[in-house]
Amino acid sequence: MIKVSSREMVEVRMKINGQVYEERVEPRKLLSDFLREDCGLTGTHVGCEHGVCGACTVLVNGSAVRSCLMFAVQADGKEIMTVEGLAKNGQPHPLQEAFSQCHALQCGFCTPGILMSAVELLSTDSDLTTDEIKEMLSGHLCRCTGYKGIIEAIEKVANRQKEGEKTDGSGVTV
Amino acid sequence: MKQNRIGQPMSRVEDARLTSGQGTYIDDLNPLPNIHHAAILRSPYPHARIKSIRTEKAQQMPGVKGVVTGQDIVEMTKPFPVGVTAPVKYYSLAVDKVRFVGEPVAVVVAKNRYLAEDALDAIEVEYEPLPAVVDIEKAMEPEAPILHEEVESNIANHRTFHYGDVNKAFMEADFVIKHKFFFPKYSATPVETYGVIAHYEACGNNLTIWSNFHGPFTLQSVMAAALQIPSNHLRIIIPKDVGGSYGIKSGVFPYMVLMGVVSKKIGLPVKWIEDRQEHLMASSSGTDRVTWIEAAVQKDGTVTGLKMKMVDNVGAYIRAPEPACLYRTHSNTTGPYRIQNLAMETVAVMTNKSPTGLIRGYGGPQLYFPLERIMHMIADKLDMDPAEVIRRNLIRAEEFPYKTASGGIYDSGDYLTAFEKALEMVDYQGFRERQEKAHQEGKYLGIGLACIVEPSGSNMGYITVALTPEERAKSLPKSGCAEGATVSIDPMGGISVRISTVPTGQGHETVAAQIVGEVLGVDPRSVKVIAEMDTLTSPWSVASGSYSSRFAPIGSSAVYHAALKVRQKLLEIAADQLKESIDNLDIESGKVFVRNNPEKQVSLKRLIGSAHWNPQGLPDGMEPGIHETAFYTIPTALPPDENDLVNGSATYGFVADAVTVEVDPDTGEVKILDYITVHDAGKLLNPLIVDGQIMGGLVHGLGGALYEELAYDSNGQFLTGSFMDYLCPTATEIPPVTIKHFSTPSPLTPLGAKGLGEGNTMSAPVVIANAVADALSPLGITIDSLPLSPNRIWSLIQEAHNQKQLKEELV
Repeated sequence: MIKVSSREMVEVRMKINGQVYEERVEPRKLLSDFLREDCGLTGTHVGCEHGVCGACTVLVNGSAVRSCLMFAVQADGKEIMTVEGLAKNGQPHPLQEAFSQCHALQCGFCTPGILMSAVELLSTDSDLTTDEIKEMLSGHLCRCTGYKGIIEAIEKVANRQKEGEKTDGSGVTV
Repeated sequence: MKQNRIGQPMSRVEDARLTSGQGTYIDDLNPLPNIHHAAILRSPYPHARIKSIRTEKAQQMPGVKGVVTGQDIVEMTKPFPVGVTAPVKYYSLAVDKVRFVGEPVAVVVAKNRYLAEDALDAIEVEYEPLPAVVDIEKAMEPEAPILHEEVESNIANHRTFHYGDVNKAFMEADFVIKHKFFFPKYSATPVETYGVIAHYEACGNNLTIWSNFHGPFTLQSVMAAALQIPSNHLRIIIPKDVGGSYGIKSGVFPYMVLMGVVSKKIGLPVKWIEDRQEHLMASSSGTDRVTWIEAAVQKDGTVTGLKMKMVDNVGAYIRAPEPACLYRTHSNTTGPYRIQNLAMETVAVMTNKSPTGLIRGYGGPQLYFPLERIMHMIADKLDMDPAEVIRRNLIRAEEFPYKTASGGIYDSGDYLTAFEKALEMVDYQGFRERQEKAHQEGKYLGIGLACIVEPSGSNMGYITVALTPEERAKSLPKSGCAEGATVSIDPMGGISVRISTVPTGQGHETVAAQIVGEVLGVDPRSVKVIAEMDTLTSPWSVASGSYSSRFAPIGSSAVYHAALKVRQKLLEIAADQLKESIDNLDIESGKVFVRNNPEKQVSLKRLIGSAHWNPQGLPDGMEPGIHETAFYTIPTALPPDENDLVNGSATYGFVADAVTVEVDPDTGEVKILDYITVHDAGKLLNPLIVDGQIMGGLVHGLGGALYEELAYDSNGQFLTGSFMDYLCPTATEIPPVTIKHFSTPSPLTPLGAKGLGEGNTMSAPVVIANAVADALSPLGITIDSLPLSPNRIWSLIQEAHNQKQLKEELV
């Protein structure tokens, strides 16, 4: 456990979307504010600052985490992935495409957080049921869509992942 | 290209940026260097006199640049104008008194938000608490605490209306059925909260405000009046991405004024992003309402007359556009029914709750809750099937355009066919049999019906019904629902469209591109739509903005007309170059060609090039360049007349809902088994977006029916300040929903479209209440308030059991 006084700046170093960031921050600075203000990664949104709405969700060492409930200093040395890191070599992630096809977003404010939780879910479970998708989504608030399109979009990618497994057996198509 | 035409489910052009984190919402903007951050100190009391505010300590905190209090606001602004005669002084900060928990009291500006919030703790405010009132009926009692002494009561607006011969209808009625209903206060809680950036330039007296405000732009004049600044010196810019609103964000306007004043006093550009607690306690919400409704009914179930007294709680300050919640549905008060005798009394009261404003469905949920409940109660009383009572009273297809008792002109519809479709889809008779069987097994199943008329494209004139005809006669009549759009083409052929409809997630960029693409014969994906709104450069009207589902009937029509102007110009140039009559020409796939000789053609690129590069070669008298603006309104959107008849909306859609539920008698939990909704929104512009809008509106209504309430205790303390206490529906609460479309195109709009995103927000609370009431009818339980949370249902069931026991003991 590091000990610092409230005004003292602390050096943090973390890898975000494959790139190393080194910054000096106040110990009380939230990870969500750090990503947005210090790293310029404004794709991560802040909706409630008390860990209910899920809009600020990012992956920390592969796990979906609410970045408004974590200090930047706690992420020191960790690997972080935000919505900006989803597309690879200019190619959108299958979830990003499915969200558009299924009209899984309207205002888009909650979308980045949901995408990150969905990435984690798809990486941990290869045989998802609709109920499991809903259960994961219950940690996110979307006031635009009524969730229908979001469930369909995640199902679509999950099914493709399942079919991918059957054909090439690699288990990783996403 | 054909698959992206008007009416086709084209996927949205907005999605690529929004799914990759490249949207630009208000908090993502830093339009100026040296932006400082504001934090707001708020009242912990529902009603108190402010005896003193000491800010010295806060001023000296690290990074703090200044503090603003009510004293500054009184000196630098005027109270906000509002459309009632009651002398209510509403400022952007509390002056002398606080009147609700969360009311802004002081603002701190500091280098960053952390430091600004630190300094809030150092401001010392001395309060003298006063008695508070939050209950609508108590607020109207003579001994109630008065919020605004100058008003002398808590009533901000009071009107009565008589249409047809109401007395005759009630005298000749076989039955009079009456009941009192309570509708709760709730919000829509967009996931993005309010945000404002304000920058005052002393030289030139210019104030620029960026905010996620979405109109109505009538409020631009309200803000300019409060700030005492010429309207063209108040520049308002809305980012193209707004994180949801559902009406709620129109309530950001007091904060836009507040931050304008703060920037002026401190001399720095200032940014304020609301937090969730602030949003829940002090942003905006729908009204809570008490309605006393009476129906004059004949033996066969025909309703011949209605009396309604509705009292809206507009919170601590009546503010624009309130009391419009009372009048937005004025023209469709009788819903889908042919009831020509109508008496209404409308009252707006002020209490120590947060102020109210626009919210999806605006006025509709409050209206249809008593209206559609009473239709079911009529069926109960007459021992008829509720479906039969509804059927008997629905407006007939041949009666359109139908003129309502209060002056509404329903443009098109076939309500009976749509309603029968809903009954068939829910297997109405089959469910009644299932229900009977289930009841024998001790299970409580119920079915609810609701038919509602969905107004869209508000007529600016309806709000003035809050005034008497005599009061109205003193000022300029208000009418219309105008919207503007600009279509322009650059020298290289790039098409751009400027809209002022301020989308908050409804996909206006996509639909505008579809329309322009079709009219100009190009791929919609090549059309660039600019949704950012700027009051100094966008084509806007006083009615502009995103509310009353006005894009489909009005905004899209402005885009269509602007595109038609461009098309006409291109055809005229082509006619000149091809030496053909314009009537023989058509436009498609980037070319203009002669219809019966398609070989004879000229590319759009060449025509556009002529307008830019070679204006001398244009037909005689034609202006160079291609840049056309069109404004569109509906001719039937007239001012209210001297008899208070008003057509409050441009178009009127229809929704028929049928919902089945099971109520668990042990826990009070309501489970929705099936939700069927049949919609008539005229011609659909993009079915993909349409169903998304319907689903979102439905879930908002579901939240109101079962979960959401901004709750206060009887002393006025606010109880639901976090998402742990204010419950929004999540994915696990969503029932199976079937949406069916049944279209009667509007004869009034050029594309035949009507608005549609609000219908189920209006119908869901009552249709679910009807289903629950039906399920619990064997216990003699009446549903007349919301939300139908498990504890409320459980209490009702216990009460019913206790009464039954009491009766048995007495026997």
